[in-house]
Amino acid sequence: MRPIATTRSATGIPTGRLAVWWVIASEIVIFGGLLGSYIMHRIGHPEFGGYAAHTNTVAGAFNTFVLLTSSLSAVLAHKAAEAKDGPKAFKFLWLTFLGGLVFLTVKSFEWHHEISEGFTITRNAFWSFYYCAAGLHACHIIGGMIIMAIISFDVKQNKELQRVELIGLYWHFVDVVWIFLFPLLYIAK
Amino acid sequence: MIERYIEQVSTFAGDIDGLITLIAVVVGFWFVLVEVVFLGIVVVFRQKPGVKAAYITGEEKHQKRWIGIPHELVLLCDVLIIIAAVRVWVNVKQTMPPAQETVRIIGQQWAWSFVHPGPDGKLDTADDIKTVDELHVLVNTNYHFKLEARDVLHSFSVPVFRLKQDAIPGRVITGWFKAKSTGTHDIQCAEICGIGHGLMPARIIIETPVEHAAWMASQSATASAR
Amino acid sequence: MSTSAGAAEHAHEHAQHPEHSHEGGHDAGHHEGHDHGSFWSTYVFSVDHKMIAKQYMFTGMLMGLIGGFFSYVFRMQLAYPGFHVPGFGVVSPGEYNALITNHGTIMIFWLAMPVLIAAFGNYLIPLMLGCDDMVFPRINRLSYQIFLISALVLIASWFVPGGGFGGAWTAYPPLSAKSQYNLTPLGSTMWVLAVGLEFVAFLLGGINFVTTAMNSRAPGMKMFDIPMVVWMIVIASILFMGSVGPLVAGAVMLVFDQTIGTGFFDPVRGGDPILWQHLFWFFGHPEVYVVLLPAVGIVAEIITVFSRKKLFAYKTVLYTALGTGVLSFFVWAHHQFVAGIDPRMANVFTATTVLISIPIAEMMFVYVATLYGGSIRLATPMLWALAFIGEFIIGGVTGIFLGSSGSDIYFHDTYFVLAHFHYTFVPIAVIAVFAGVTYWYPKMFGRMLNETLGKIHFWGTVIPFNGIFIPLFITGMGGDHRRIYNYNNFPDLARPDLQHMRQFATVSLLVLLAFQIPFFINFFLSMKKGRLAGNNPWQANTLEWQTVSPPPHGNFAELPNCYRGPYEYSAPDRESDYWPQNEPS
Repeated sequence: MRPIATTRSATGIPTGRLAVWWVIASEIVIFGGLLGSYIMHRIGHPEFGGYAAHTNTVAGAFNTFVLLTSSLSAVLAHKAAEAKDGPKAFKFLWLTFLGGLVFLTVKSFEWHHEISEGFTITRNAFWSFYYCAAGLHACHIIGGMIIMAIISFDVKQNKELQRVELIGLYWHFVDVVWIFLFPLLYIAK
Repeated sequence: MIERYIEQVSTFAGDIDGLITLIAVVVGFWFVLVEVVFLGIVVVFRQKPGVKAAYITGEEKHQKRWIGIPHELVLLCDVLIIIAAVRVWVNVKQTMPPAQETVRIIGQQWAWSFVHPGPDGKLDTADDIKTVDELHVLVNTNYHFKLEARDVLHSFSVPVFRLKQDAIPGRVITGWFKAKSTGTHDIQCAEICGIGHGLMPARIIIETPVEHAAWMASQSATASAR
Repeated sequence: MSTSAGAAEHAHEHAQHPEHSHEGGHDAGHHEGHDHGSFWSTYVFSVDHKMIAKQYMFTGMLMGLIGGFFSYVFRMQLAYPGFHVPGFGVVSPGEYNALITNHGTIMIFWLAMPVLIAAFGNYLIPLMLGCDDMVFPRINRLSYQIFLISALVLIASWFVPGGGFGGAWTAYPPLSAKSQYNLTPLGSTMWVLAVGLEFVAFLLGGINFVTTAMNSRAPGMKMFDIPMVVWMIVIASILFMGSVGPLVAGAVMLVFDQTIGTGFFDPVRGGDPILWQHLFWFFGHPEVYVVLLPAVGIVAEIITVFSRKKLFAYKTVLYTALGTGVLSFFVWAHHQFVAGIDPRMANVFTATTVLISIPIAEMMFVYVATLYGGSIRLATPMLWALAFIGEFIIGGVTGIFLGSSGSDIYFHDTYFVLAHFHYTFVPIAVIAVFAGVTYWYPKMFGRMLNETLGKIHFWGTVIPFNGIFIPLFITGMGGDHRRIYNYNNFPDLARPDLQHMRQFATVSLLVLLAFQIPFFINFFLSMKKGRLAGNNPWQANTLEWQTVSPPPHGNFAELPNCYRGPYEYSAPDRESDYWPQNEPS
């Protein structure tokens, strides 16, 4: 049983959605701080552009495409949940999950290649930022995938359908973070 | 008011102390005023049998005046303080009178090293005089210092000069001072730099030209003896 | 559960049987099914916001005692260098650094934050808003559990090889980043981890607070009917969320620099040590207001009740809090005037910093105006609240010396700074906390505290508090720098007049610590022996006083409706001088 507090809605926004927005707000400042620091360094150190040339732009672009597609399937899952079609939402959630998996696989190949060429996290501040920012983002992808997997089984039985929307919001946020990371880390040479 | 506790030895020490006195007068006025009104109200409006408290919303214009007017006066005082503070700051940290002498100051765990230019008056020449924990400067002379750190942050602080500047590894920070009287005073590290932070006292020795020349001669003598 | 119509009457009926009502809390069957009152589910893994609040409060108090003990050890060292401190031994320079670092860290992150935000926030928000719990009780529990782990990690960090971290609570790299410099390879990493975990705990708690306040107010409770302390805790939570993010990222960077050797703060590899200072103070300065706002909120509740007055200009208080919050994001570099930033920046930050005096001064004016025309009762909570106003003003005005770039050149990192921020933090984390604890104790435990012991404790704390820090203002003006473990190494500072000041401060601290004993006697004895409090011993308006003391799980027998603002005291044309928020007109 939930407390009555959870069911109230003085703002008109369901409590769960409101909370997810606050989670996203606090995440924005975390990534904002990291990327802000990176941008300050990037301006102060023109040589970062040369290091960025060693990143794999094609793989990054492919991953951007994969994430955007997975966001689409998250939207479709939400739509299915709105229509109270749990099994369909379940399928789309796992499609989104698959998108995350592809993203991580490509990422791991990229990193493996870069590390084998000697561009490790300790090499200089650019690579420290590169692995740190992308790694923090990847952790969010993994977290989102785990949550999606856990909630999907309730959703399949048409229970707690509002959660589909909540995880979708989060997934879009993770997607948007990547949209910032990709040009900053890969393209700005 | 600071000069009661510690001498003023640099040319800008008086400016900084003057600013501090100005702020002390302005905020002191407000402090005394607010505390007196506050304590007065607490004494006057103690609970009395049969007397009910007043009902004041504080939302009406004539009521808000009581905080509105002090509010504007505080703003006025703030502007005064900001202008005074910026003037002193610009004078001490942003404008540098041309250097007559330049010294290099290096902080490390846990000592200060000083590079004096030596008889030729230039840094990075063979006759530089290097010392540890002892800085010799001329009185009434514009000094520029090049501040460096070898390992962690340190802060070069000479309280009698009212001078303080952090030293940062990887950077050379330039500052200035001009001593106005001779004497020997403390140099302290003002930024925590590890377990020896309390153990890096250095001394600044302000000398007349004659004393300074004699010191330099003795240093060159020991250098050539080696 | 009964379904009587008026919650107030029902609560009144319960007040006759406090023992019964307490039992009722455990089998409040309409609510959490799993809470059947076993020891573990009631006291350890509870999801009841009141129990979580108490967990936060007791953990915070315990950590505060440790922090107080640390201050005793290093103050003894400063007054009597090389002395064998009873209960500790001779203090080495490394130990001294670890003591001051952890004293600062504990007092801010493990005392002020958990007690002011988490304990009072958890206890008061659902009760004052008239709902049965937080919106996410299990996230609330998780928040406390993470907080507890963070405290344990911090405590463990003092006992690992190399000892606790000693790079000051600001943890500036490169000192904090490399073990060859700080000589505490494990201690420094565990310190960062503990602080990071603590941030996560408060982010979870903050989301809960903000969402609860936004969505779960009692029917009829409009924005401006919310008690000020709830507003303040919510604004503080939002400030915390908005400012801590960059430092969370910074903490990740610092841990990587420490453990795997990345180069974020290493100038040789393109990093920058100043970056940490920006990330730290971008959080660090709003953090001051994160703990200040709940404190002024508590004071607002108390002075209105004990002067039987409506809060003067409610909206003004709210706007000054919001204004302070917004401004606080643009002042951080006043901690770095002489740290090697561009000197031109200092002028901007001087202006913003000095201007923050306006909302804060206005807030103090409002409180003084609230007292005007009141019927002031000097009960212990009121004494604490008044002491907060009187003492915090000292902290406020001395801040002007430090915010002005010109004078900060001299005062930066001296004892003047230390005395200044203790004049803000002690009123916040000690005086306001005691105000809140003595005020809400009857609600939390159902019994009254002893007034005589309370007043002994009050005067025995407030007088020595001034005795500690006024001398330290003077040693600061005399040139004492912070974080130096023995001033005898500096010829100019080894003067006897300065040493007498240091000894006076230390003796005052000993007196202050001794006078905490009456508090703890009072606190624990009154739980069993105190006079029964009844529902509303202070005759206050806010909703938490309209249920039984202590409230059962679920808080209200019937959730209240709200009909008016929280400060309708001494309203004209009414016999009674208070008017509970849930009483229909």
